Amino acid sequence: MSDLLLPPEHRYAKMIEQRQNEDGSELSILNLGPTHPATHGIFQNILLMDGERIVDGEGTVGYIHRAFEKIAENRPFYQITPLTDRMNYCSSPINNMGWWMTLEKVLDIEVPKRVQYLRVIVMELARIADHIICNSVLGVDTGALTGFLYVFQYREKIYEIYEEICGARLTTNMGRIGGFERDWSPATFKKINDFLEDFPKVWQEFENLLMRNRIFMDRTIDVGPISAEKAISYGFTGPNLRAAGIDYDVRVMQPYSSYEDFEFDIPVGKSGDTYDRFCVRSAEVWESLKIIKQAMDKLPEGPFHANVPDYYLPPKEDVYNNMEALIYHFKIVMGEIPVPKTEVYHAVEGGNGELGFYLITDGSRTPFRLHFRRPCFIYYQAFNDMVRGQMLSDAIATLSSLNVIAGELDA
Amino acid sequence: MALETSVIEEKLTDKFGDKVTGYIQLKDIFSFEVDSASMADVMGFLKQDPLLRFNFLTDVCGVHYPDNSIDRQFAVVYHMHNWYDNVRIRFKCFLNGEQPEIETATNHFLSANWQERETYDFYGIIFKGHPQLKRILNMDEMVSFPMRKEFPLEDGGRTDKDDRFFGRKPDNVNNN
Repeated sequence: MSDLLLPPEHRYAKMIEQRQNEDGSELSILNLGPTHPATHGIFQNILLMDGERIVDGEGTVGYIHRAFEKIAENRPFYQITPLTDRMNYCSSPINNMGWWMTLEKVLDIEVPKRVQYLRVIVMELARIADHIICNSVLGVDTGALTGFLYVFQYREKIYEIYEEICGARLTTNMGRIGGFERDWSPATFKKINDFLEDFPKVWQEFENLLMRNRIFMDRTIDVGPISAEKAISYGFTGPNLRAAGIDYDVRVMQPYSSYEDFEFDIPVGKSGDTYDRFCVRSAEVWESLKIIKQAMDKLPEGPFHANVPDYYLPPKEDVYNNMEALIYHFKIVMGEIPVPKTEVYHAVEGGNGELGFYLITDGSRTPFRLHFRRPCFIYYQAFNDMVRGQMLSDAIATLSSLNVIAGELDA
Repeated sequence: MALETSVIEEKLTDKFGDKVTGYIQLKDIFSFEVDSASMADVMGFLKQDPLLRFNFLTDVCGVHYPDNSIDRQFAVVYHMHNWYDNVRIRFKCFLNGEQPEIETATNHFLSANWQERETYDFYGIIFKGHPQLKRILNMDEMVSFPMRKEFPLEDGGRTDKDDRFFGRKPDNVNNN
């Protein structure tokens, strides 16, 4: 049947024919995706199957490619933040902050300590939200829906915190060059404190549900493993690399936004399999909570944005009553901000790895070139290597534990 | 002991001479230019040298410089990272505008595979020796390379899109 679908020169056709000649058995082809509930996003895997075992796989990506890099070359700098939201939409504040920090590096802007701490808080909240999604969905894919429904209430709480900070929930478009658009309200801090109080119990319960669960362990241990050497060669970063036993974390290697002020550990796994990825993410949530607590305790007083009138929108009442503020407002809104001619690369630890921004400016109002180093895109190419020889159901669990976000994959 | 940029410069000059030029510290990253013909050798040297140890290929991307001379129209930019001493470097290989060709880095790093496909997809840069050089994010039927500067963001001559449905009129001057 499969020869109806395949051109004869396709490598699968050759493999099918070869197997037919060897022992008379028949390989089949399975399309996993483009829209399949287990892929959590739109990308296709064409799997060559021997019964339920995967012989080979081929990924097709790009179904939701939106040409962000091209659009970015035609937009003033502050209009690029909404594009970054839509990459890893499970943890968009990290993307937003990463982009502002990239710009601040270009412009040599020193950001007040308070802003740095607030950024750390919101980035760690975003990391927790990201890991909640990945780990609970891994539970769903291995047959445990309850935990998912339970912890998703707390993702909702995090979204309410975002809402207090910037008004948006999923695609946050948070912050400005040099800080935040407004100071955080007392309601925000109350919500964060409530979250810090309630969430640990819930997360502990969720861990108890899966971490030592016989069924879950059988479904995930030794499923989709990757060695440390291979993971490095494939460009793995983030929790997926740490699960393979390498303690590489951008927050520690090249601290940004005052991460060096906080005490936290980098959890690492051993075998790089699905179970280790689950455990590393789970442990990272505890570390993130630790960081948020420290940041809340040590949060300094001070301004919520840097004093950079060239780049930071003046308050509205000044715009109406003050000539200078009006000029600044007009220039910023029209994108006429002075940007030096330079090149920078800035990396932040995103929800699933090193999220990098490579920006070339030529002194004009738009970037000359902006390249996003998207961790998903780089490590997803290892997927076929990881599932080769495994069962179909293992491929689903592996895909889920890699936390491939289609928006980031395709940009 | 941290790896000094002067050591990197010295080692590369010793080994490759004028194939590697234009050393400059740009913000926090040490950058240089590599002759496109010796890219694979330089990358292998950076990776394998016991002192340099750039073990991680962070990023590969293309850039189009339409105002440069024809020999330097395209650039492929590589970011590498030494995790032992925590040093990042960036190097660029400039390519001919008519025939942008460079060797593949997939022999050194598996992660270069898709990143080079992406670069090919958007800039039409040919990576010689790449195992499967075809489009990745755009559809296979596409004939142009959309990240080149001459490619417009939206085709003004599109006929499949009726402006009336978007609240615009085709001739805004004569309509009121």
